[in-house]
Amino acid sequence: MDFGGINPVILLASLMVASTPILLAALGEMVTEKSGVLNLGVEGMMIFGAVCGFIAAIETQSPAIGFVAAAIGGAALSMLFGLLTQIFLTTQVPAGLALTLLGTGLASLLGQNYQGMSPPRLPDMNIPLLEDIPVIGPVIFQHDAIVYLSLIMVVVVWAFLKFTRAGLILRAVGENHAAAHALGYKVKAVRFAAIGFGGAMAGLGGAYISLVRVPQWTDGITAGIGWIALAIVVFASWRAGRVLIGAYLFGGITVLQLNLQAAGAKVPVELLSMSPFLATILVLVVISARRHGASNAPAMLGRIFHTS
Amino acid sequence: MITFVKRPEPSKAWTIATPILAVILTMILGGLLFAAMGKDPVAAIRTIFWDPLFNEQFAAYSRPQLLVKAGPLILIAIGLSLGFKAGIWNIGAEGQYIIGAITGASVGLALYPLDAWWIFPLMVIAGALGGFLWAMIPALLKTKFNTNEILVSLMLVYVAEQILASAALGFLRNPEGNGFPGSRNLSQIPAMSNPELITGTGAHWGVVAAFASVVAAYVLINKHMLGFQIRLTGESPRAARFAGVKDKLLVVFCLGAAGALAGLAGLFEVTGPAGQISIDFGAGYGFTAIIVAFLGRLNPIGILLAGLLLALTFIGGELAQFMLGLPSAAIQVFQGMLLMILLAMDILVNYRVMILKKEAS
Repeated sequence: MDFGGINPVILLASLMVASTPILLAALGEMVTEKSGVLNLGVEGMMIFGAVCGFIAAIETQSPAIGFVAAAIGGAALSMLFGLLTQIFLTTQVPAGLALTLLGTGLASLLGQNYQGMSPPRLPDMNIPLLEDIPVIGPVIFQHDAIVYLSLIMVVVVWAFLKFTRAGLILRAVGENHAAAHALGYKVKAVRFAAIGFGGAMAGLGGAYISLVRVPQWTDGITAGIGWIALAIVVFASWRAGRVLIGAYLFGGITVLQLNLQAAGAKVPVELLSMSPFLATILVLVVISARRHGASNAPAMLGRIFHTS
Repeated sequence: MITFVKRPEPSKAWTIATPILAVILTMILGGLLFAAMGKDPVAAIRTIFWDPLFNEQFAAYSRPQLLVKAGPLILIAIGLSLGFKAGIWNIGAEGQYIIGAITGASVGLALYPLDAWWIFPLMVIAGALGGFLWAMIPALLKTKFNTNEILVSLMLVYVAEQILASAALGFLRNPEGNGFPGSRNLSQIPAMSNPELITGTGAHWGVVAAFASVVAAYVLINKHMLGFQIRLTGESPRAARFAGVKDKLLVVFCLGAAGALAGLAGLFEVTGPAGQISIDFGAGYGFTAIIVAFLGRLNPIGILLAGLLLALTFIGGELAQFMLGLPSAAIQVFQGMLLMILLAMDILVNYRVMILKKEAS
């Protein structure tokens, strides 16, 4: 069953792989933004996580340790952003940009001796019985652990924000930090935790690119995926389920354009390569045009909290 | 216990002192970083900041490079600073720079081999217009649909890079280039070249434009109604709306001006120092200019100085790469650190540090 040299089952299966980094990073950023903090440093945290994970996996020959190191690396870098925005009360937009610039630089500095190496392979974890279902089995149930983890995290994040007390506090801080503070909640501590979670998830997403999707280390390996993740949070109106849809939509476009390139479609390669970014802009326009004033964005997004 | 108390007005003294302190602190931390990499920190800092200007062996080459590198940085940063002041975040200057170079070069190459005095001025206009129109995409989407300009302007950088690749490999490729990627060398075509104006200074038309933009921005910000509206919008968007500031017009103006200046920078670069449209034409000036704008405190004179300093780190970085084997990424880290430290120090400008004694309250 081929369409112009593209097998739909393989296409859908690789869609899940391509979407995983975007999904992880976007989920993390969504939680950060729910606490009222806009961290534009996703791209920087992703690429830093990518290099940390790559180095750790090469040195220990264990992909699992690689992913743990990536999460720690991403979270550690995000703490710099936390320090800047929560303690030094810096405006969040430039602080996030600075984080991306620093993260990109650090990653290429750390990674320069690891170019051209092959990381240990992350084994597939086929789900027994389910994997044998025709079409659905190969598409959904024959992946590695991180793909499943990303899907589980969608449910975890959704349930955390909707049903738990901690999730309620986090949302309260994001909607009205002064009131949350007056009720005795530690606004800055909550935000630090949310920033750290965002960093860890971005780091995981980055490592998925360098360890599974590519798998190699090259400078600028994340190639704008962190920024797309930021756009997806807006697209998803800060809802976990819609983040999943958004991430898979963009994973789909990425995979489709790569497949079209490989199949030698009569469309300029450059046009295909820019298509995920054009689609992102298009989606942002549609979302912002449709929403008349009443945005679902956390009310305190990007605002500085200060008590004196 | 240390607390921060918001100042009614930003401190003037700290506004000037913090960039200098940030540079010094970055040098110290950067030195530690270089030491951790097994390089002599003092030698590294000296090679980056001192040798390009004063070492007899290198200065003859390096000094002119200072203006060559600072020109585009200042030109772009001046444009960005207008928007940043008003809270309009154009972070896609890199894309506007690339598109400006492509449109300018396209106009010139379309007229090749015609030789006339008006070709270069026409290319300058085309470059500025290209950058302007590229910036109009986020501007109009923002004003029409309230789309986030940060994300759109940044996405367009990736789009511009693909257009650049397509230009270098396709529609602008030198037909006499034996199939190699890249356009004709514009700097060697008299009607299209942007030469060094005064021998030994590195000053080309882009540098002249950069200085002119500093003066123009200074007048605009300090003497003109529009400059006041930009400042007002940045400090209090609500007050600005009540005062009758047309915020949509401001978005179009700030993004348009930044785009046009970035496009100009791209045109002057492609006709001068870079010489041709090639795949690696985008050298990151658009992103470094963000650091320049903040380091210069969004003030035209400050941006002039900050542009020269960041240009120095580029040249010194290359020198340190050559002399000490310092990887080029180290300079990128250095620049990122500088911006972070500077932003952290902003607290001294906007807040008063108070040390409270523990009292039984």
